[in-house]
Amino acid sequence: MAEFTLPANSKVGTGKSHKAPAGAKRTKAFKIYRWNPEDGQNPRVDSFEIDLDQCAPMVLDALIKIKTEIDTTVTFRRSCREGICGSCAMNIDGTNTLACLKPIDEVSGDCTIYPLPHMPVIKDLVPDLKVPYAQYASIKPWLQTESAAPPDTERRQSPEERAKLDGLWECVLCFCCSTSCPSYWWNGDRYLGPAILLQAYRWIADSRDERTGERLDALEDPFRLYRCHTIMNCTKTCPKNLNPAKAIAEIKKLMVMRR
Amino acid sequence: MAPAYRIVDHTYDVIVVGAGGAGLRATLGMTMEGLKTACVTKVFPTRSHTVAAQGGIGAALGNMGDGDNWRFHMYDTVKGSDWLGDQDAIEYMCRNAIPAVIELEHYGVPFSRTEEGKIYQRPFGGHTIDWGKGMAKRACAAADRTGHAILHTLYQQSLRHGAEFFVEYFALDLMMDEDGACQGVVAWNLEDGTIHRFRAHLTVLATGGYGRVYQSCTSAHTCTGDGNAMVLRAGLPLQDMEFTQFHPTGIFGSGCLITEGARGEGGYLTNAQGERFMERYAPTAKDLASRDVVSRAMTVEINEGRGVGADKDHIFLHLEHLDPKVLHERLPGISETARIFAGVEVTKEPIPVLPTVHYNMGGAPTNYKAEAIRPTRDNPDAVCPGLMAIGEAACVSVHGANRLGTNSLLDLVVFGRAAAHRAVELVKPGTGHKPLAPTAADRALARLDRMRNAKGATAVGKIRMDMQRTMQNHCAVFRTDVLLDAGAKKMDQVAASMADVVIADRSLIWNSDLVEALELDNLMGQALVSIYSARARKESRGAHAHEDHKERDDKNWMKHTVAWLDDKNNVTIDYRPVHMYTLSNETEVIPPKARVY
Repeated sequence: MAEFTLPANSKVGTGKSHKAPAGAKRTKAFKIYRWNPEDGQNPRVDSFEIDLDQCAPMVLDALIKIKTEIDTTVTFRRSCREGICGSCAMNIDGTNTLACLKPIDEVSGDCTIYPLPHMPVIKDLVPDLKVPYAQYASIKPWLQTESAAPPDTERRQSPEERAKLDGLWECVLCFCCSTSCPSYWWNGDRYLGPAILLQAYRWIADSRDERTGERLDALEDPFRLYRCHTIMNCTKTCPKNLNPAKAIAEIKKLMVMRR
Repeated sequence: MAPAYRIVDHTYDVIVVGAGGAGLRATLGMTMEGLKTACVTKVFPTRSHTVAAQGGIGAALGNMGDGDNWRFHMYDTVKGSDWLGDQDAIEYMCRNAIPAVIELEHYGVPFSRTEEGKIYQRPFGGHTIDWGKGMAKRACAAADRTGHAILHTLYQQSLRHGAEFFVEYFALDLMMDEDGACQGVVAWNLEDGTIHRFRAHLTVLATGGYGRVYQSCTSAHTCTGDGNAMVLRAGLPLQDMEFTQFHPTGIFGSGCLITEGARGEGGYLTNAQGERFMERYAPTAKDLASRDVVSRAMTVEINEGRGVGADKDHIFLHLEHLDPKVLHERLPGISETARIFAGVEVTKEPIPVLPTVHYNMGGAPTNYKAEAIRPTRDNPDAVCPGLMAIGEAACVSVHGANRLGTNSLLDLVVFGRAAAHRAVELVKPGTGHKPLAPTAADRALARLDRMRNAKGATAVGKIRMDMQRTMQNHCAVFRTDVLLDAGAKKMDQVAASMADVVIADRSLIWNSDLVEALELDNLMGQALVSIYSARARKESRGAHAHEDHKERDDKNWMKHTVAWLDDKNNVTIDYRPVHMYTLSNETEVIPPKARVY
């Protein structure tokens, strides 16, 4: 039988281990994926034990504590620390989520932290997101209309029409969902993935948009849309509790209805 | 000089630094007008801190049938500014608010709606009709995620118009020519470690505020005022840096923001006695008085022993009496934030809150066309050629000594748009550029290289904490001569300790150790000019509440502070007049009077 193994330069080694300060009563180990593109070394996992009594509650707080107090070279993206900017998406304890919204005490045992899966890594926990960003642009994520807008006033939209956008427009483009999707892992170059399809549906669902037909045409493709096999990892992992799988199902329904 | 940094040169008509609401609106406008424009940003555009704005964007649309008028909006903004705002710029902003918000709707912003299908508007602090007689409904809202809605929409429109972005490029310094004109900016590409010289006819700083000067703030980690620091290093002044807004309702502990819109929808504050104490401080506006007024009242309550909690050190914000449907439709974001960061179910219990640093009224002085000001003896309004500033980085000044809620999002789009209009007047597409001196990037590179090889003994995190604690303890809601004198001395020592900084990462690709050190260096200069500006102002006005000079003193102090910083960290302070004139004859100057809510 064939045996598969990672290429030699991709094997993840065991890195440094930092012990908790003496006297710490409540400690936890954070096992963090490290890779520096400039040192020619293999990736490794460093272990940092920290005193939880000296740390704020979220995993991002632990990462910042580690970077500030133990190893300043640990690298990750972060900005708002309140779940709205989408910067600190990573794989924590086996699940993609935003580090700023993930309470440390939801993780039992050691807390493993890896970058978002199946994306090229730039350094440590920083993935290269150029492909999903380009895919986002490809769906023309802006209001498209034939009719001119009224010159001095807003386009009208009823509260009921507006309610159809709830659960769609709040996406923070963290790509936790897309990078949790096996279909996207396998066909990420051609399948748009749940984050982008959720945004595609956001414009289809907008009563002000007048290009639904063209939008559906652009998705009518065995890869772009139909690589979704309803695995539902996207909805399970979304840190904002959105439901990309449902949005994809709505698009598929519209495809059937217009036949 | 260290071993070769790889340098790449670019030439554009306009370079915008920063991709928040102001930077994106400017980039979009300039691109649409055919100017060769690039936007350089240290974070992907939708990660900018505009995304965190919650309650709304102010515009007197009158959609709620309250008879609103932009002149009322102007009056409220001048009063909110405690008469430190420039009235020509305030007129410009409040008049243009209406077309600017309509334009956002046309761009696709998912605003909440009224039954008639118009943009929904809610009450907000300090916004009134009939010159203060009743509360206005002026905050145009997309639930409580208005900033997210606007920022994403502006990015989408930028994609539509093919705007050029340089994402995750960290701006290092401005390039200034021998005549003092700005020729562009030097930036470091985090992804591959290369250095880029962006040459342009116009450089627009849209780099946001510097909330991270303080220990507890609603601002993102990335709010380090990098553009302001570049302005200081270019020998230009910053204006009104003593005015820091404390938002009344940051979550106790984490500092996460709970929108003023929560009070706009009917929420209220109580002290340990369960008293709605704002009724004593602001009999008309109550919980919807201006932010400086509410933050002071809360601080007084706590200082006089009426705070809530075991240590009597915070205040309660109540929403549990509101209809759960309203909470679900209008305030879903803060309901979630309160659950995650305070463990509070807002339908059942109050949220523990505390005044928290939120906004910087000060920044690079500009006129209402977004052009940067370099005041001279003869001309306090002299323009610095080639340089603009917009958004929180700028001090136009529309917010004066205290900003009203919803006026920051408005400031971003109105002056982002104004910058684009002015750029079209100033730059003919494709005009030739003055040659760049071969040494143009040397100063920026020397600083980068020095910091990258810093081998001292004091960690970035330690110095940052020293700075943040000093500012929090010496330059907060209430100030005194003794506190400010001691604080300024302490800040001198903290700034001097930068000479002993150490970093561990010497690489160039995504070296976030180095980024944090450079950001700390940027914050330090702003902390210094802030506390020195505060120390010099012997009156109380807006957010600057001085216990030894409790009254506003229009005779001596109705003037903008301008502060320079030299390379030895000495602060020089001067003043320039407030614009007490309007732009048109369709409204009148609002003369100063006592500020009562």
